[in-house]
Amino acid sequence: MYGNDFGEPLNAAETADYADAVQEYFDGLIGADQRIEPRDAMPDGYRRTLIRQIAQHAHSEIIGMQPEGNWITRAPSLRRKAILMAKVQDEAGHGLYLYSAAETLGVDRAELLDKLHSGQQKYSSIFNYPTLTWADVGAIGWLVDGAAIMNQVPLCRCSYGPYARAMIRVCKEESFHQRQGFEILWTLSRGTEEQQAMAQDAADRWWWPSLMMFGPPDTGDAAAPGGHTEQNMAWGIKRFTNDDLRQKFVDMTVPQAQKLGLVLPDPDLRWNDERGHWDFGAIDWDEFWRVLKGDGPCNEQRLAHRRRAHDEGAWVREAANAHAARQAARQEVA
Amino acid sequence: MSDNWPLWEVFVRAKRGLAHVHAGSLHAPDAELALRNARDLYTRRQEGVSIWVIRSQDITASSPDERDSFFDPAGDKVYRHASFYEVPEDVEYL
Ligand SMILES: [Fe+2]
Ligand SMILES: [Fe+2]
Repeated sequence: MYGNDFGEPLNAAETADYADAVQEYFDGLIGADQRIEPRDAMPDGYRRTLIRQIAQHAHSEIIGMQPEGNWITRAPSLRRKAILMAKVQDEAGHGLYLYSAAETLGVDRAELLDKLHSGQQKYSSIFNYPTLTWADVGAIGWLVDGAAIMNQVPLCRCSYGPYARAMIRVCKEESFHQRQGFEILWTLSRGTEEQQAMAQDAADRWWWPSLMMFGPPDTGDAAAPGGHTEQNMAWGIKRFTNDDLRQKFVDMTVPQAQKLGLVLPDPDLRWNDERGHWDFGAIDWDEFWRVLKGDGPCNEQRLAHRRRAHDEGAWVREAANAHAARQAARQEVA
Repeated sequence: MSDNWPLWEVFVRAKRGLAHVHAGSLHAPDAELALRNARDLYTRRQEGVSIWVIRSQDITASSPDERDSFFDPAGDKVYRHASFYEVPEDVEYL
């Protein structure tokens, strides 16, 4: 249920009194753990934050089709090919649910796509890494979708109704993504020596970027300048800190790696009895910022491909519009 | 942009015996393609046996800021609920 609530949003805050009233109404709903719906009055900062976050999330789903899409024609069996196509179609669907949710906040989808194509809005930096072997398809499902699920499950309780509802749908669909990835690696890990090496190589390359998917630390030197964690938690957009989610992910994934017979590429990884968690080594945040700012192995390729697909689809969109207009005109005559 | 498609709202009947429920929205040039897109987007796992689509601009909705006054008339009519009535406890089928 994330269409527009059918009308203009209500808060064109013109006077200080009005802004105060909006804030009071909004705080009341948030305080009572009620969902905010599209036409509710809301502070501008809340609206802007949501648009940015949902758009970035949608863009990630759309760009995220590429690394795996590259392997559809080279999948090792018909079964794997059908599965991979279904997964990539799901990611397209996730992108569309999210654009729908963003549109309820008063932005136009075409505008968001323009911002993606011009680089004004970002997508998750994980998709700027290449998929070099078939094992990477397994590693993406297991680690990247696994991390995405960890991020997305709390968003099912996000304070903004349309976003939360989109997330519920997405999370239902994600569980197969993670399992099929694990299954690919599970199969390789019981295969020939070369296949085992391929699985290990994929884990080596995807482990650290997956940990970066949770975003920079909430505190300390590497924290994002002007970080919004606290505000977003107060607004009910975020339910856990980046570091909490990252720790949960590590705790969940280490035993799975052991089961797969894979060695995660971190010499500092060890169980901490006192904390009841796995300790892990320092993350290379310089790499994170570098890739986010455009200097990853595949940034240019991903955006160029996306732009080309959009441009080459223009004639289809125009033709469909022309056909619709002609049909409508014919019906009026008849 | 000239190639923008209008927005449609999608309603899906999950199975016979249930009402159509709002599933989300999508863009499509006309009703026929809106239906096909809705099938591909909202029923990839057999989530529906029937779909409605309607142009978003054709829906009229009540507004959240008049919530109180708009729904007020029902507020003081508790006698519309069965629980309002006091009857002896030993009477059956009431
Ligand atoms: Fe997804
Ligand atoms: Fe996924």
